[in-house]
Amino acid sequence: MNSNIFTNNIKTIEFDALIVGGGGSGMRASLELAKSGLKTAVVSKVFPTRSHTVSAQGGITCAIASEDPNDDWRWHMYDTVKGADFIGDQDAIEYLCSEGPKAVFELEHMGLPFSRFENGRIYQRPFGGQSKDFGKGGQAARTCAAADRTGHALLHTLYQNNVKEGTNFLNEWFAVDVVKNSKNEVTGVIAFSIEYGEVAYLKAQATVMATGGAGRIYASTTNALINTGDGLAMTLRAGFPAQDMEMWQFHPTGIYGAGSLVTEGCRGEGGYLINKDGERFMERYAPNVKDLAGRDVVARSMVLEILEGRGCGENKDHIFLKLDHLGADVLNAKLPGICELSRTFAHVDPIYEPIPVVPTCHYMMGGTPTNVHGQAFNRINKQDSIVPGLFAAGEAACVSVHGANRLGGNSLLDLVVFGRATGKFIQEELKSGGGVSSASKEDINNSLERLNYLNESKSGYETADVKRELQECMQNYFGVFRRGDFMEKGLTELSEIRNKVENLHLKDKSDAFNTSRVEAIELQNLFEVAEATAISAFERNESRGAHARDDFPDRDDDNWLCHSLYDPITKSISKRDVNFAPSQVEAFPPIVRTY
Amino acid sequence: MFGNKLEVSMYRYNPEQDEFPYMKKYKIEKPSKDIMVLDLLHLLKEEDESISYRRSCREGVCGSDGMNINGKNGLACITPISSVVKKNKIELRPLPGLPVIRDLVVDMTEFYAQYEKIKPFLQNDTTAPEQERLQSPEDRDKLDGLYECILCACCSTSCPSFWWNPDKFVGPAALLQAYRFLADSRDLETVERLEALSDPFSVYRCHGIMNCVSVCPKGLNPNKAIGEIKSMLLKNKKNIITSDGAHQ
Repeated sequence: MNSNIFTNNIKTIEFDALIVGGGGSGMRASLELAKSGLKTAVVSKVFPTRSHTVSAQGGITCAIASEDPNDDWRWHMYDTVKGADFIGDQDAIEYLCSEGPKAVFELEHMGLPFSRFENGRIYQRPFGGQSKDFGKGGQAARTCAAADRTGHALLHTLYQNNVKEGTNFLNEWFAVDVVKNSKNEVTGVIAFSIEYGEVAYLKAQATVMATGGAGRIYASTTNALINTGDGLAMTLRAGFPAQDMEMWQFHPTGIYGAGSLVTEGCRGEGGYLINKDGERFMERYAPNVKDLAGRDVVARSMVLEILEGRGCGENKDHIFLKLDHLGADVLNAKLPGICELSRTFAHVDPIYEPIPVVPTCHYMMGGTPTNVHGQAFNRINKQDSIVPGLFAAGEAACVSVHGANRLGGNSLLDLVVFGRATGKFIQEELKSGGGVSSASKEDINNSLERLNYLNESKSGYETADVKRELQECMQNYFGVFRRGDFMEKGLTELSEIRNKVENLHLKDKSDAFNTSRVEAIELQNLFEVAEATAISAFERNESRGAHARDDFPDRDDDNWLCHSLYDPITKSISKRDVNFAPSQVEAFPPIVRTY
Repeated sequence: MFGNKLEVSMYRYNPEQDEFPYMKKYKIEKPSKDIMVLDLLHLLKEEDESISYRRSCREGVCGSDGMNINGKNGLACITPISSVVKKNKIELRPLPGLPVIRDLVVDMTEFYAQYEKIKPFLQNDTTAPEQERLQSPEDRDKLDGLYECILCACCSTSCPSFWWNPDKFVGPAALLQAYRFLADSRDLETVERLEALSDPFSVYRCHGIMNCVSVCPKGLNPNKAIGEIKSMLLKNKKNIITSDGAHQ
């Protein structure tokens, strides 16, 4: 790679639609587009089946009425609205829950090897926060599963069907920055081939950010090493906003020490959490549904147990997940992957012993704000204003169906429902003549700056050191419990880290499979997401869903029943209304959220 | 003194700098607790950022970090160093039999081409019902041990038959997936799938060496699947002969 890359010496590859990211939402969108005849490509920094969707375990929540023939998508909608602590957009949640069954049946038709009930229908298991009859009919079992490898089965099925439809893949290509023209339209991305180092302008009429989450902003996370928020960071750098960035889900059961996820399905199948005294403490915090309360509720209860000295182990710093009472047969049939992970990473066989677990960063509820068609929007004069050419789907997007807390099993549904919707919308839009204007040479050069800077760096900070510093700062000051004065310290640290992130030294400047260059850019991406998170968390003076403030312990609907919108240019927060206008049902008004 | 150091011998090759690959030795403080080979690689990369390897999930489900560890293929992220270090030494090489791009990163084009060749997607042209297609739990059980493949290539790149004929022998990973669709009660292209595998190379180059079984990090058994395909091929051939006979 030359140290001075300009528009004149890179090639332009032109597509109708470009999807950045080869995980669940990206490949569901590309599948829709590949069938349409539009020239589509998926650019992915890893071979698609290495994307993080592969790690999803327990399932995909959807009212397909298999376990309970009377199940109703409206009940699922109620649970999701309540789980979101009432700042999920109800039009989007309605779309998610009502379109869900179609999207799930399509996956089955594509070949997804769902587990089955005796009658041949798709197996469903109970997950947290699920109810029948709008919370009045007891626990529901609504999560469709392929054993405890649902994400793997889903991702492979989508890849397989993309192979069938002949989708173009630019595998192991890394997108660096979006290109935007003078009208503030997105016209594609600058990307390079990780294998050869070749840089190109991937030009498109529609660019979809399907780049997943950024759990790696925290030191302890269930997320893959590749979850660095690349798409969100690219749009932030381009000046586009991010929504609800203070909302990060800490999953109750990450394996202590290793961080690997242990599915909520374990508790759905009858497992439960115990403290050092062997007490099933969730009975105290959520007397009705116990271990199947919302994830935010369970995670906080666990942290309180640890803080009050009832944690397990030598340092009393974790909790046990008890499964042995389920018996070897159930564990081997329903949770084989968990048994494997537990043996490998906790050195514990759950058939005989409990698994040591601790709340671990798991999911980014926030992201690029979009409507149900995946269209990203900006905020101009307090009005939503669509950004032509820019779309987002999946964890990278904030549509917003998860609000302040995502329910288990809703992320896989989000991926397929909104990946599909985005693909369908782009198809219609481009076929009816929609699109964007071209970018000038100067516009493209602007997007090459960061790459050039790194390639020219002769001294500066080491990526690994700065990354560690960033992750520890976020873990210490912006974790499960937050406090204004701590967060202020965190913000000061972050401003020092920004200086380092902007002055990284890339020692290895070679072209062939240079993972150091990738990691340096990923760190810069993590930083943008971390900063958005920190500022949003500091500003929201209340406790809601995953955002728990020691200094503001109550939910404050008068002031904060709204989205927070982070503007990367002014680094400030504005409020945006939550949608309370679903079209097929009456809106669910906010109530006190108990389980 | 040497007791506290771990000696890592690593295959290094950067096409822009090196005419030939070479083994480079690193000495590193022995970690105080047992760590995975992938963690060891992270530590080494902090010392020498030019080291290149693939990684993603770091928990054995994405299949990125297949490599040859002390002579045996495996996933770096779920291989504890305690299980492979001998006399304070460990040797890391790329997966054998595929072209090396750089260091521990191999070019998997041929591996993926074989996967695509077996048409790794459900084929069923009948009109789909409004809901799911039904499948009994017993029929679904037939997919266990097959669908879990993570395409890490540990098996195919440990297979001498694949080394010899990577273009013609489908290899254990793709054959496991071929059988995954043959075994699926919802797939209707059984005969076409079998015919595409009936040449002397695709399946029949498997000589039951069983390296695939011994290295699979997910505990799958491609050799058994290949055996099933062979017996299906045999039955299919018999059926063709019988039906031809009936026509005469």
